[in-house]
Amino acid sequence: MEYEDFNDNDSLEIFKKSGGNILLTSVDNVINWGRSNSIWPLTFATSCCGIEMMAAGAARHDFARFGIEVYRASPRQADVIVVAGTIVHKMAPVLKRLYDQMADPKYVIAMGACAISGGPFYTNSYSVVRGVDHVIPVDVYIPGCPPRPEALIYGVLQLQRKIKAESKENRMETRNNFI
Amino acid sequence: MVEKAEVILGENEQYVINMGPQHPSTHGVLRFELSLKGEIVDKVVPHCGYIHRGIEKMCEANTYQQIIHLTDRMDYLSAHPNNEAVSLLVEKALGIEVPERVKVIRTMLSELGRLGSHQLWWAAFGMDLGALTTFFYGLRDREKILDIFEESFGSRLLHSYICPGGLMNDIHPNFKTRVKELIPYLRKKLPEYDQLLTGNVIFTERSKNIGIMTKEDAISYGITGPSGRGSGFACDVRKAEPYSAYDRVDFKEILMTEGDTFARYQVRILEMYESIKILEQLVDQIPDGDYTVKMKPIIKLPEGEYYQRVETARGELGVYAVSTGEKFPDRMRFRTPNFSNLFIIDKLARGHKIADLVAISGSLDLVIPDIDR
Repeated sequence: MEYEDFNDNDSLEIFKKSGGNILLTSVDNVINWGRSNSIWPLTFATSCCGIEMMAAGAARHDFARFGIEVYRASPRQADVIVVAGTIVHKMAPVLKRLYDQMADPKYVIAMGACAISGGPFYTNSYSVVRGVDHVIPVDVYIPGCPPRPEALIYGVLQLQRKIKAESKENRMETRNNFI
Repeated sequence: MVEKAEVILGENEQYVINMGPQHPSTHGVLRFELSLKGEIVDKVVPHCGYIHRGIEKMCEANTYQQIIHLTDRMDYLSAHPNNEAVSLLVEKALGIEVPERVKVIRTMLSELGRLGSHQLWWAAFGMDLGALTTFFYGLRDREKILDIFEESFGSRLLHSYICPGGLMNDIHPNFKTRVKELIPYLRKKLPEYDQLLTGNVIFTERSKNIGIMTKEDAISYGITGPSGRGSGFACDVRKAEPYSAYDRVDFKEILMTEGDTFARYQVRILEMYESIKILEQLVDQIPDGDYTVKMKPIIKLPEGEYYQRVETARGELGVYAVSTGEKFPDRMRFRTPNFSNLFIIDKLARGHKIADLVAISGSLDLVIPDIDR
């Protein structure tokens, strides 16, 4: 999907192309439903947003309800990398390497102002990467400094919608459009 | 016939592995370069800089009110003491006396923050040692404190609430009753922490006599906070150089002499009770009055050098500022507690198993953005 076409979150369903083979699309739907409800995140927290990510996984907010449950320590077992915190120039190659180590299909959530644009460190800082999308392609952006756990849950739900709307043709679209 | 190999790989010779920067037990992006002999740690070289954001340099292009927001992001678990350090420095330089109301509220917020920070540490420390239940218990109680924060300043973690001259805005009318509700709640829940971990055989086996830090070590490495007090080093700034309302409250400086991981654990657990005691004394003594003194929109400190230290949840935070009379500081330097606390890990972990390194680094309670700034 082109950037201009994306008006609101409802346009996500444009992803879903009509007129496919009835058997293949039904199989796709079932597979996507299953995949979207068991997204395993990577334990990757660089700074403050990591604490809110922990809070989202803990007793009150409990985002295990949405299937994004098992924090994996190894990128090889993870489906989604939640970039929670600032990425600096020294960390950027490590992040790229972690992303490359993840198995397809893989997704990225940029959590917090630092991961989106550098946030409070956008001006005057000599070492901060201005947005994690300079390094890896991002599927969902969650604004806030730091975002509340509810915001993270909302972001995860948007990612689930995106996964559900995917088909074999456009699964790699985000990554292919990434320069 | 195949000859039996004399050397088992890695058994006697030294080899080097990396732990981090992405590792769940380093609590962020810290990298340890470990020299191992078999499973025994021979040497630990900590590598910093994976979250170096240049906050000290950024301070040179920001006014003092703006610097407040950067200090939040250093040690995000004790945001209030970090803000307070810069605020006290500015007030000291300008010779401003803040209202009594501000002093009492600042002290209460610091203690609430300390409680929340220690609870999160306890949750993560248990998780490091394989007890996942602690994670849920600790964060369950922490949410109660965050509720109080959220009601008054609208944010859960990075408040930027204490500013030069006082507070950003007045506390919520419910603040008093919320704190009064919190105190009996925590008094009921904190013994659960002891039941779950302190008496646990697996936990005590893994923490007692592990990573022993002597008092001399603690002093020469500059270890402050609960980690230093676990070795008997009386380093509490709240006692030594009382600021805000700490001179009028009665609390005990927790000191242990063992200096092992378990002692550092116990200091933090007992400190939580002391924090509750401080809150109990202050909650009824919040005087009426202004929440801030009137400050100019742009603060210019007189020419000179200034230093102010406060006690955060992890130790002594020192702020050093050089002013040339401009609205920006000429140089800002933070003496952060975690940076000093980190480098003793080599001495503590030598000769222990690699699994004990996780226990030791957990007991030092490291916050990585505070190390790298």
